[in-house]
Amino acid sequence: MNMIQAINSAMDVVMARDPDVVVMGEDVGYFGGVFRATAGLQKKYGKTRVFDTPITECGIIGVAVGMGAYGLRPVPEIQFADYIYPALDQLVSEAARLRYRSAGEFTAPITVRSPFGGGIFGGQTHSQSPEGIFTHVSGIKTVIPATPYDAKGLLIAAIEDNDPVLFFEPKRIYNGPFNGHWDRPAENWSKHPGGEVPTGYYRIPLGKAATVRAGEAVTILCYGTMVHVCAAVVAEMGVDAEILDLRTLIPLDIEAIEASVKKTGRCMIVHEATRTGGFGAELSALVQERCFYHLEAPIARVTGFDTPYPHSLEWAYFPGPVRIGQALKTLLKDA
Amino acid sequence: MAVPPEGISRANLAPLRLHVPEPKFRPGDAVDFAGVEVPPAGAQRRPDTAAPADSFHELAYTLVRVLDDEGRAVGPWDPRLSPDALRRMLRHMVLLRAFDERMFRAQRQGKTSFYMKALGEEAVAVAAAHALDYEDMCFPSYRQQGLLIARDWPLVDMMNQIYSNSADRLGGKQLPIMYSAKEAGFFSISGNLTTQYPQAVGWAMASAAKGDTRIAAVWCGEGSTAEGDFHSACTFAAVYRAPVVMNVVNNQWAISSFSGFAGAEATTFAARAIGYGIAGLRVDGNDALAVYAATQWAAERARTNQGATLIEHFTYRTEGHSTSDDPTQYRSAGEPTAWPLGDPIRRLKDHLIALGEWDEERHVTQDREVAEEVRAAQKAAEANGILGHGLHQPLDSLFDGVFEEMPWHLREQRQQMLDEEEASGRPWARK
Ligand SMILES: Cc1ncc(C[n+]2csc(CCOP(=O)(O)OP(=O)(O)O)c2C)c(N)n1
Repeated sequence: MNMIQAINSAMDVVMARDPDVVVMGEDVGYFGGVFRATAGLQKKYGKTRVFDTPITECGIIGVAVGMGAYGLRPVPEIQFADYIYPALDQLVSEAARLRYRSAGEFTAPITVRSPFGGGIFGGQTHSQSPEGIFTHVSGIKTVIPATPYDAKGLLIAAIEDNDPVLFFEPKRIYNGPFNGHWDRPAENWSKHPGGEVPTGYYRIPLGKAATVRAGEAVTILCYGTMVHVCAAVVAEMGVDAEILDLRTLIPLDIEAIEASVKKTGRCMIVHEATRTGGFGAELSALVQERCFYHLEAPIARVTGFDTPYPHSLEWAYFPGPVRIGQALKTLLKDA
Repeated sequence: MAVPPEGISRANLAPLRLHVPEPKFRPGDAVDFAGVEVPPAGAQRRPDTAAPADSFHELAYTLVRVLDDEGRAVGPWDPRLSPDALRRMLRHMVLLRAFDERMFRAQRQGKTSFYMKALGEEAVAVAAAHALDYEDMCFPSYRQQGLLIARDWPLVDMMNQIYSNSADRLGGKQLPIMYSAKEAGFFSISGNLTTQYPQAVGWAMASAAKGDTRIAAVWCGEGSTAEGDFHSACTFAAVYRAPVVMNVVNNQWAISSFSGFAGAEATTFAARAIGYGIAGLRVDGNDALAVYAATQWAAERARTNQGATLIEHFTYRTEGHSTSDDPTQYRSAGEPTAWPLGDPIRRLKDHLIALGEWDEERHVTQDREVAEEVRAAQKAAEANGILGHGLHQPLDSLFDGVFEEMPWHLREQRQQMLDEEEASGRPWARK
């Protein structure tokens, strides 16, 4: 399966098990979503469980919160993560706080799916990685899969979770893993172990990182598309790096991070989002607080630049093999 | 613990049902647009532009039409344009269609990443541009390239932007078709829907506050009227009587969602105006004269401090939403041809012919000239490069324009990028 099919399969499986799960969003119904992630679901589960919505992101999320308060489990789609900002207030001030402010009387068990990230010539309004905005908010979970297998298991867990979850789908790897070399032929998931996806029900618990590759020289913390880019760089450079795919940013697998960095003594953090105030800054602070006496070199951060995503220069913006490789070299120079 | 009052039982109530709109036709269905009400041309009254907004509510529910089936201009909305003016408008619409066709093909040939056509909606932007003053500020959505064309903006400049090439005035920073041309009164386009609506109102309020004479005009699709920004804009426009013309292009489809998902089953989009207390007009969007007349009327209202007008342009999106869309997946193939309001170019052309001011031969000649003009522009633009053929912008321009002056962290990042470039040996290394 590719990642879109895996995501589709996750919704299919939970919808079949739980009649309270509903899928909603712009174009998700008859058409099955502009990325086809909801294809076939309306036909199977009917219009009251899978439906198109008006184009109003704040409406979509606000309505989902209300449906969640009734007892449903809405899975709203925001067509591109760049369009989640109109829904910011409903997510930040409402969904994230409903449980806290009502002492648990009301909750918002919603899972907001949204394709994010760049590398598709989408320009500044189809390429952003807004996860850092939401990890800054208490009360929302943030999940980012890196393989079809994880996407399905994590999405099922997210939908069954009783808290609001943001499920960001790295669209650059919908069809295959991406090694960061934009000028080489694209791969597809058929040859990748993460592309083997069972058709039935399974969950991957939120809050557990995956060790993509065990190693001794350095710990690389990454997620989404960057997992594959980092793996490719490490293989090309022949570095004995340990790569952790964080999978969920909130809740974060701090044990895995701490254990790995204490073992390797070096830490590199890679994400595509802009640098300043990004989730990498939080990771860096955590590692510094918890592993300082084990560190043999300053923590390295490799990110997108602090500019909007530029259309024609997007490959210069993208944290590709060169940027990651340079940082790795610096980090390992006295090793 | 409160106890619920006795005496009310819900046991014998019929269950509630959720209504989810459904378009009349889907792929494979035969199309019959008999249900679309098309009132006769010329039958709609034209209120004085100073008339209070609540005195002509019915105009938000009908269709203001000027061109009848015989190509005659009839009724009080006939703007009585000179044959020269009509011919100019026709030429701009033809040029827009040829431009779209050529750029759509350029995308298919891999020369750029994306394109969006306005096929079937040419009258909406072109006729409006003709009715507005060149100094008025337009806040377009992505399907109003006709504004630039009607303002005789250089095609090469538009194409340079589409190709993100070395002559792109936006420095390759924007998605193709997201033009910005302040000089042509064309506000920078955002990919985020309807954000330009309150901005246009703000511009208009500023113009009024400064005692200026310029007004603003703004466009969005019917699907986009659901966005909160649209409603904020209406509130401000009403409260401050902002001199703004607010256009809703109802082309029936928002990607795969038909207009019912924006509320069209319940009322018209022009009628949104009534709740806010602003003027609302619903016009035949495939009738260039009706679009012109309505825009002119609304502009006069705005310029005489009568406030905002919301105009719904009832039209049809003949092709896909964009180059990334396949409309055969969600709508009947018969829709575009069955659309009862016809083709806007054909209708204006028929009108000119009926006036004895045009003929088929001149039209064919013009088509040829226009095609040649577009081809020549394309050649000139491609001499500046196309997307994908190397790096057209200086690499370090990536950091220009984030702020007026570059702070230390961006200077550091720029240096980092240049070092990366040194280290990379990339095939598209900086020239
Ligand atoms: C805030 C926001 N949400 C979603 C999108 C994705 N999107 C782009 S165009 C579009 C449909 C718009 O339809 P409509 O307003 O009817 O305009 P049309 O394309 O028909 O001219 C959608 C959902 C977006 N660009 N911005």
